[in-house]
Amino acid sequence: MWKELTKGIFKENPIFIIVLGLCPALGVSTQVVNALGMGAGVIFVLVSSNIFVSLLKDFIPNKVRIPAYIVIIASFVTIVEMVMHAYAPSLFKSLGVFVPLIVVNCLILGRAEAFANKNTVWSSILDAIGMGIGFTLSLILIALIREVFGSGTITLFAMGDFDGVIRIPVLYAAPMRVLSLSAGALLVMGYLKAFFNWYASRGRA
Amino acid sequence: MSYIAIIITFVFINNFILTQFLGLCPFIGVSKNIESAVGMGFAVTFVMAIASVVTWLVYYYILIPLGLTYLQTITFILVIASLVQLVEMIVQRISPPLYKALGIFLPLITTNCAVLGIALINVTSSYNLLESFIAGISAGLGFLLAIVLMANIRERLELEQVPKPFKGVPIAFISGGLMALAFMAFDKALLTNLLG
Repeated sequence: MWKELTKGIFKENPIFIIVLGLCPALGVSTQVVNALGMGAGVIFVLVSSNIFVSLLKDFIPNKVRIPAYIVIIASFVTIVEMVMHAYAPSLFKSLGVFVPLIVVNCLILGRAEAFANKNTVWSSILDAIGMGIGFTLSLILIALIREVFGSGTITLFAMGDFDGVIRIPVLYAAPMRVLSLSAGALLVMGYLKAFFNWYASRGRA
Repeated sequence: MSYIAIIITFVFINNFILTQFLGLCPFIGVSKNIESAVGMGFAVTFVMAIASVVTWLVYYYILIPLGLTYLQTITFILVIASLVQLVEMIVQRISPPLYKALGIFLPLITTNCAVLGIALINVTSSYNLLESFIAGISAGLGFLLAIVLMANIRERLELEQVPKPFKGVPIAFISGGLMALAFMAFDKALLTNLLG
């Protein structure tokens, strides 16, 4: 039971190990707050669609299962879009086209097809939560590296006097701009993936 | 925006893969050899051009009159999925050689975010029908350009001694990053210099 939950966080980490759902991972990881927003959206859609897919798995004909999954996922993405638009308009704006694009996040369809389709509701929920957290943590990791080194800040939510931006002394004055640009995202992703490859092969060698 | 400006913008300045990160999965997954990269690139261009037109028509002639624009995500993905299926059937009937070349890539395209991405971008930039069509083709050509360049780089990398943890996907990402750096030379200034 516990294993379903934790496997997504490290052993089968969706981004660094299975390499699924890359577009949003790189597209929105310029600021930590975007990574958090995207992660929350993906967790919600992943959990809800896994619940529905595992509940309906006996009723959906095998031949049309993929379109059926896509409809289920798209409905929940529409809910996320509307809620985000209403309650977090600035986040919605900075995530832009990537919010509706959660529909084609291969991670979600992948879990529906590979896991929820064959398992009970409970283990599907745990699987979704684990995978979602793994996805979110990876996003935060990429965003932290890119934001801290690329612009010398950590952007969180604004609360009271705190404007939501932590400025890091030396880096803020002379950041490595390239990391916050698109090229930096690909470079950071490449080095992180190499690190995970090295880490995974360490025990075996 | 003039048509030439749209073409330059989508092929070079806002290249879908290298600056927008749309369509990264096939970019990494299908770029191991040049032949399949070319096949995938053309299949994506083809579907993006058609999808741009069809989603535009659906948005302006069905969703807006009925006041259902909040359903755009779900409608677009269904339109794209059925379109891909239809294209697959038509190509299979009309041109078996083309089907043989593109066939295996077509089903993968439904979940390619570049296709849904261009449909949504056309609507948010309020392009007209012809502009959407041109944007679709140019974004597809940008994808083709990037994936073919990537496949060339990766075929050469096969012969190089790459440190073990970097083999495969990581080195592909890093090469992609360096390519994106090169593409940064294309920016808005290029448009003003070229078109005045």
